[in-house]
Amino acid sequence: MAIRFYLILVVFLLSAIVSFSLYEDQVGLMDWHQRYIGKVKHAVFHTQKTGRKRVIVSTEENVVASLDLRHGEIFWRHVLGTNDAIDGVDIALGKYVITLSSEGSLLRAWNLPDGQMVWETSLHSAQHSKSLLSVPINLKVDKDYPILVFGGGYLHAVSPIDGEVLWKKDFTAEGFEVQRVLQPLESSIIYVLGFLHSSEAVVYQIDSKSGDVVAEKSMAFPGGFSGEISSVSNDKVVVLDSTRSILVAISFVDGGISFQKTHISDLVEDSGKAEILSPLLSNMLAVKVNKRTIFVRVGGEGKLELVDSLSDETAMSDSLPVADDQVAFASVHHEGSKIHLMVKLVDDLDTVLLRESIQMDQHRGRVHKVFINNYIKTDRSNGFRALIVMEDHSLLLLQQGAIVWSREEGLASVTDVTTAELPVEKDGVSVAQVEHTLVDWLKGHVLKLKGSLLLASPEDVVAIQEMRMKSSGRSKLTRDHNGFRKLFIALTRAGKLFALHTGDGSIVWSVLLNSPACARPSGISLYQWQVPHHHAMDENPSVLVVGRCGSDSSAPGVLSFVDVYTGKEISSSDIGHSVVQVMPLPFTDSTEQRLHLIADTNGHVHLYPKTSEALSIFQREFQNVYWYNVEADNGIIRGQGMKSTCSDETADEYCFTTRELWTVVFPSESEKIISTLTRKPNEVVHTQAKVSTDQDVLYKYVSRNLLFVATVSPKGAGEIGSVTPEESALVVYLIDTITGRILHRLSHQGCQGPVHAVFSENWVVYHYFNLRAHKYEVTVVEIYDQSRAENKNVWKLVLGKHNLTAPISSYSRPEMFTKSQSYFFPQSVKTIAVTSTAKGITSKQLLIGTIGDQILALDKRFVDPRRTLNPSQAEKEEGIIPLTDSLPIIPQSYITHALKVEGLRGIVTAPAKLESTTHVFAYGVDLFYTRLAPSKTYDSLTDDFSYALLLITIVALVAAIYITWVLSEKKELSEKWR
Amino acid sequence: MTPIIRSSPVLAFLVLQFFLIFFASTLPCSFGSEDSYTITGRVKIPPSNVIGHTTKFSSVKVVLNGGQSVTLLRPDGYFTFHKVPAGTHLIEVSAMGYFFSPVRVDVSARHHGKVHATLTETRRSLTELVLEPLREEQYYEIREPFSILSLVKSPMGLMVGFMVVVVFLMPKLMENIDPEEMKQAQEEMRRQGVPSLSSLLPSAGASR
Repeated sequence: MAIRFYLILVVFLLSAIVSFSLYEDQVGLMDWHQRYIGKVKHAVFHTQKTGRKRVIVSTEENVVASLDLRHGEIFWRHVLGTNDAIDGVDIALGKYVITLSSEGSLLRAWNLPDGQMVWETSLHSAQHSKSLLSVPINLKVDKDYPILVFGGGYLHAVSPIDGEVLWKKDFTAEGFEVQRVLQPLESSIIYVLGFLHSSEAVVYQIDSKSGDVVAEKSMAFPGGFSGEISSVSNDKVVVLDSTRSILVAISFVDGGISFQKTHISDLVEDSGKAEILSPLLSNMLAVKVNKRTIFVRVGGEGKLELVDSLSDETAMSDSLPVADDQVAFASVHHEGSKIHLMVKLVDDLDTVLLRESIQMDQHRGRVHKVFINNYIKTDRSNGFRALIVMEDHSLLLLQQGAIVWSREEGLASVTDVTTAELPVEKDGVSVAQVEHTLVDWLKGHVLKLKGSLLLASPEDVVAIQEMRMKSSGRSKLTRDHNGFRKLFIALTRAGKLFALHTGDGSIVWSVLLNSPACARPSGISLYQWQVPHHHAMDENPSVLVVGRCGSDSSAPGVLSFVDVYTGKEISSSDIGHSVVQVMPLPFTDSTEQRLHLIADTNGHVHLYPKTSEALSIFQREFQNVYWYNVEADNGIIRGQGMKSTCSDETADEYCFTTRELWTVVFPSESEKIISTLTRKPNEVVHTQAKVSTDQDVLYKYVSRNLLFVATVSPKGAGEIGSVTPEESALVVYLIDTITGRILHRLSHQGCQGPVHAVFSENWVVYHYFNLRAHKYEVTVVEIYDQSRAENKNVWKLVLGKHNLTAPISSYSRPEMFTKSQSYFFPQSVKTIAVTSTAKGITSKQLLIGTIGDQILALDKRFVDPRRTLNPSQAEKEEGIIPLTDSLPIIPQSYITHALKVEGLRGIVTAPAKLESTTHVFAYGVDLFYTRLAPSKTYDSLTDDFSYALLLITIVALVAAIYITWVLSEKKELSEKWR
Repeated sequence: MTPIIRSSPVLAFLVLQFFLIFFASTLPCSFGSEDSYTITGRVKIPPSNVIGHTTKFSSVKVVLNGGQSVTLLRPDGYFTFHKVPAGTHLIEVSAMGYFFSPVRVDVSARHHGKVHATLTETRRSLTELVLEPLREEQYYEIREPFSILSLVKSPMGLMVGFMVVVVFLMPKLMENIDPEEMKQAQEEMRRQGVPSLSSLLPSAGASR
């Protein structure tokens, strides 16, 4: 009966025309899109009197953007390729933005107002080296100085007008490292300073017109240089020697070189290892010694003198020329919950031009970078604005003692995402909501009706849109009946946790992670720690953030527990061992805290939470806990089981040793692991049975312990153009992670990666490149259980002779068979995900993040191995689509519609309470959220449902009934009279 | 710029002429040093006649080998990939509102980086690397203009339609029945007692 019901349901679902589609006026009703740029590396202000004031920034996400200085909005933005990191940015000729990227080998010019690329020049490069960009400040319009670029061992002079390379000079000599390229103003000589074998300073003088070397001078320095350098003026630099205790001023006036040594111990008393800070200050340099920042002035003959010393950790800006040949710089330091911004003159540190204190959110951390810009106030004095970059990557503009605008740029580097429920709406606590009167309600619906019948005037359309945006408290902070309101918890690279509301994308709370062991741990991953829904209902749900102190994988780990409702860090502990792998177990304790195992580099696993209750639960299931690890570099997959408690003296009772159960070793000369994937552990499968057309039943092989592995020939592991079809083969495996048994192996000759795969229920869909056809391909593999296939006979079911209730064990020999099919796909793919719903009844859609940073929703029916060229009538009724050689791209099924999720990296889906609906959250440089109904909202009325039309119909019906009743009564009366 | 169809030079020449009419300038497709070459091409987007297309020329991206390098267009629509090794490569164009076929590009080492391009979707060879969209993409459903038919088709419309049929067409049907049979039927009904509409409504019963 249930099967029959299911069959009817399935037929009903499949027969519906399923396609995600959106009308243009529905944009923003269910979805939101946020644009970011990432952590700012360089900033150049453009604040001329005419035109809009803007700041040009380049970021660690390889973005070059122009921001509105008044509001912080993005005028234009370009996200460059992932291996096209920006080394420098500047403005040339007052109208072009110049960027140097790809280790100093690509120079591009962008039109300042609209961001159109004007020219692009590829520069010759031969070796890895520093990349330096120097754009001359044009003082005279008629004189046209070239842009000087050093990168890859070559110095290039490039015309700023068309990007033509005027001349280039080879500096690729053995052991020679160019450190600085300097060009004094109004001079035709360029100084190139470099170190030969880190012990000899060499200065070349180059004619800026022709690129010829005019003079060359060198001088050996017996101590050797550390490589840290600060240029203090056009003919002087200060470097640190290799012991980091002596500052050496090198001046190269008029072709000669002279050294002037100064011991740091002469400047400050308690000296240690010194570090030159990066800011460019004229005739001064900043040195960090023993956590103190000291300012050292460089005199005329290279004489160094200490002028100031700051105890606190301070961020400094480059120096900025202000009026009357004076040069100023800004410094920012913390004091409690406030930051102090000071602008001082370089020549006279006692003259403070500006002193401001600003209240700063503790969860932004310390100030990392400061950029300043000045403007002339109405009273002709200098005003300053400062752009600061905080530790959580956020970008703030400070002006006149206040934060003018801020951008949460941490969200451009999301590393992990999980979902959380909002609190239940309590009685008594009523969230402010203005209930409409009936007339208003009806008016609204009449408007909607007009809209849907295209009878609305433009003003009406605006009113409708406004009404929809405000409707139904979509951004309320409580749980709703359909589960549409949720929180997405995002962990960013800066170690900050954000909770985003699904309704409008607003940040509900954010918290910067802390640790007792190290100042700022880097976040790795997020887990659901406590989700009370049966017991411990009075406790708030919480998430577990696993981080580590330092970037090395053997660095000690840090666990943080964060309350989801309040955003407060409940506790944070330094766990004293490294974190390699975190495994959530399918057990919870009495307060619904989930048990987690954390594996360290020594091969031990540690149980969390460290309570005796958790230990007793774990000990009961001790024999049933298995895990595996993948060593992709060695081509080995190892299956592990629990052995005993740790015998080390330092270890506690929550530490366990493991034993190796099985290994799968791939031959390193022919196969290299490029992708591994398992099913999502929390995925719900509605039914194991799949009814085919001829009333036949197939049983899905649904196992949580399947691992999908893709390997390619080592030659084919590179980029697409690097291998011929004969040299490369792609092999995919399905491996049972309990026994290490290879359940299925499929080989694709002449194919290569990258492989993007998705694993759900009993199927895997993966995307790879076919070198023979020179096209991308998508293959689906479905796994079915053969051992249950005999249960088809009704009599067996009636007499109870079936094995449906027999337990499934990985140790029983699996009798399974697979079906697979391949299709062409006309685009590169960045990531693939699959929709997930509460009960798993709704049909699934693949969410394909394409190379154009769009997300395509592709129905699972298109990747069904039962597709044939000519499906029979019965198969057509079931919803089987005729086989085509390539998968269709229907523009209306882009869930991102006319938007792009720039720099797309991942897609996360989460079920809503309503079975038909799923939440989709995509992250990259941008964030995008929408709600999807893969089989349309069959269990609720759509927002478009016209209540007004329903009411009008009912009223019309009642009226009609009344009229007919009157007529009928009259007729009856007249009949009686007759 | 050598013709692709080598077997029939005359035809190839004609094809070349044909292309020259459309794209007045010929492109230097490639040049470079011994092991790395340069691919230069052009993206042509026809002026759109679909309202609502807001593709900015400056946001069009050209992608080599699925993300190995990404470049943007110059104002004249030209793009260049530098330092490309000889071999077979894939170029994709990502432009909002248009669908471009990926292009298979063979950079030949023997012919000093001569570029041979083929559209992978249509298997059409290109004499020059000039990429044009295969089709425009409309991301939104277009609302059907208001029509009586759509109103009638809706569930409410069907209900009203059914009522109209019952009220106006049923009596017409009754008229067509043979008067004698009608009388017979009426008598039969009378014997059983006709449940008239007025007697069904409680208020009607009360008024009697």
